Amino acid sequence: MVLVFIDQADGHVKKASYEVLSYGAKVAEQLGTTAEGVVLGAVPADQLAALGKYGVKKIHHVANDALNHFDAQVFTKVIAQVAQAAGSKVIIFSNNVDGKAIAPRLAARLRAGLVPGAVALPETANGFMVKKNVFSGKAFATYTINSDIKIISLNPNSYQVTEGSGTAEVAPFNATVDAPKVKIKAVNKASGEVPLSEAEVVVSGGRGLKGPDNWALIENLAHALGAATACSRPVADEHWRPHHEHVGQTGLTIAPNLYIAVGISGAIQHLAGVNRSKVIVVINKDPEAPFFKAADYGIVGDAFEVIPKITEAVKKLKGMA
Amino acid sequence: MKILVCISKTPDTTAKIAFTDNNTKFAQDNVQWIINPYDEWYALVRAIELKEKDPSTVLHLINVGGADAEPVIRKALALGGDEAIRVNTTSTDSFYIASQIAEVARQGNYDLIFTGKETIDFNGSSIGGMVAELLDMPYVSLAIKFELNGTTATITREIEGGEEICEVNLPVVVSCQKGMAEQRIPNMKGIMGARTKPLKVLEPVAADTLTTVSSFGLPPAKAGVKLIPAENAADLVRLLHEEAKII
Repeated sequence: MVLVFIDQADGHVKKASYEVLSYGAKVAEQLGTTAEGVVLGAVPADQLAALGKYGVKKIHHVANDALNHFDAQVFTKVIAQVAQAAGSKVIIFSNNVDGKAIAPRLAARLRAGLVPGAVALPETANGFMVKKNVFSGKAFATYTINSDIKIISLNPNSYQVTEGSGTAEVAPFNATVDAPKVKIKAVNKASGEVPLSEAEVVVSGGRGLKGPDNWALIENLAHALGAATACSRPVADEHWRPHHEHVGQTGLTIAPNLYIAVGISGAIQHLAGVNRSKVIVVINKDPEAPFFKAADYGIVGDAFEVIPKITEAVKKLKGMA
Repeated sequence: MKILVCISKTPDTTAKIAFTDNNTKFAQDNVQWIINPYDEWYALVRAIELKEKDPSTVLHLINVGGADAEPVIRKALALGGDEAIRVNTTSTDSFYIASQIAEVARQGNYDLIFTGKETIDFNGSSIGGMVAELLDMPYVSLAIKFELNGTTATITREIEGGEEICEVNLPVVVSCQKGMAEQRIPNMKGIMGARTKPLKVLEPVAADTLTTVSSFGLPPAKAGVKLIPAENAADLVRLLHEEAKII
């Protein structure tokens, strides 16, 4: 059986979970078995049953109040109990913030081989092989998992969500839940914004924007596109933008469908963070900017003139103007 | 207070990525090796700052790697730390590596174990979580701030679309990223001192190898950029809609 960890926040299933559910259902089909999900914390039952349309037959729900806040140590023990009771041979996570914290713990607990950051379905014809990105997206590697239980954490935006029909059986699961040792004191979340790691479209600004006061240019375009905003390292270092917006080798690695880079030259370290984007658009004054070599579309021009034109055209396309 | 910082050797961020032996090995010729930036700039430097604040702190570095990692370990010692431990193996399986670190940590009774958030070669983000599980310790991942008050740590960590501030009693395993500290350059005194600091070599303990790398590959080259004249900037939107079908 393939078990999929369904990540939630504040009672809402995260977008990344739909992707891993679709992926898990396909892995199960490939192995001639079924896929089931596991949810920790309070989520309305109808929301859980509706997850059946992504191909899972059953959702194990551990609705203990102690699980409403994330603690990797506590979550790992609970998921291990579910996996053992259900006899799961393959366990799937999203390689998002929570997945990065739990999947390795669970791997160590169950002595299960882990491929973190998978980008494709496993090859199961001869052994169990999973492809992942290495060298910060500059190459890929195919890993063979040798253990009986296997864990895959799928990079966000790596697999197409497939929606069918059907509802899942929601089965309450009674687990032993430890008291968390990590106490959460405060959460600072930018409300209403699209989280960068989950965004399908990202508009990113670099030093070419000359200062934080000019960011409305980026924000207006992002707003019209329903996109998240990001920035290059110098911009975060200068505190023009918060550090969690920094994408690149030492910042966040993202793989949106569309990445629009404005006033970013495209140093190799920046490319390492974004080179898995499906389509890259580069807007830069300097025709020699190295980023153009990695781009699908480019405009050589002044961002302050070009971006408002693009924003207007997007608004027109989307019927916003 | 005893701190253990995990140090990995990685190719320089600008290294050319190529493979040999029928795409099963990383081509190491002419590659410059560095301390994995997350381990160095964030984990190690923050640990050094904690030792500067409380000089009674014992700071050890650990590397799981072959003898060729020693120049990088010496570089780390030039920044700071009392001694280094190298577990002599070239395994690439994260569980095997984490088992070695956990064994050293168990023997050394560390209060605090720092790792970088990931290495820039295998991008696994796995060692911290595995070590924490093997030691049954709490794990705070993707930390961007770390403050210590007695035996209580206040840690700010990344969550989707923001930050979370949490509190945990030691011992704890923390994976570190940008925000924890600022990069430092070793000074001459540090470099000279590093030569005589102890670097212990231990043989690995028995542990399972759960994964192996079967092959490497490079992504297909891009077709080339399609340039749109700046005066027709709006045309970009049409192309993204009609040709790339992405918006």
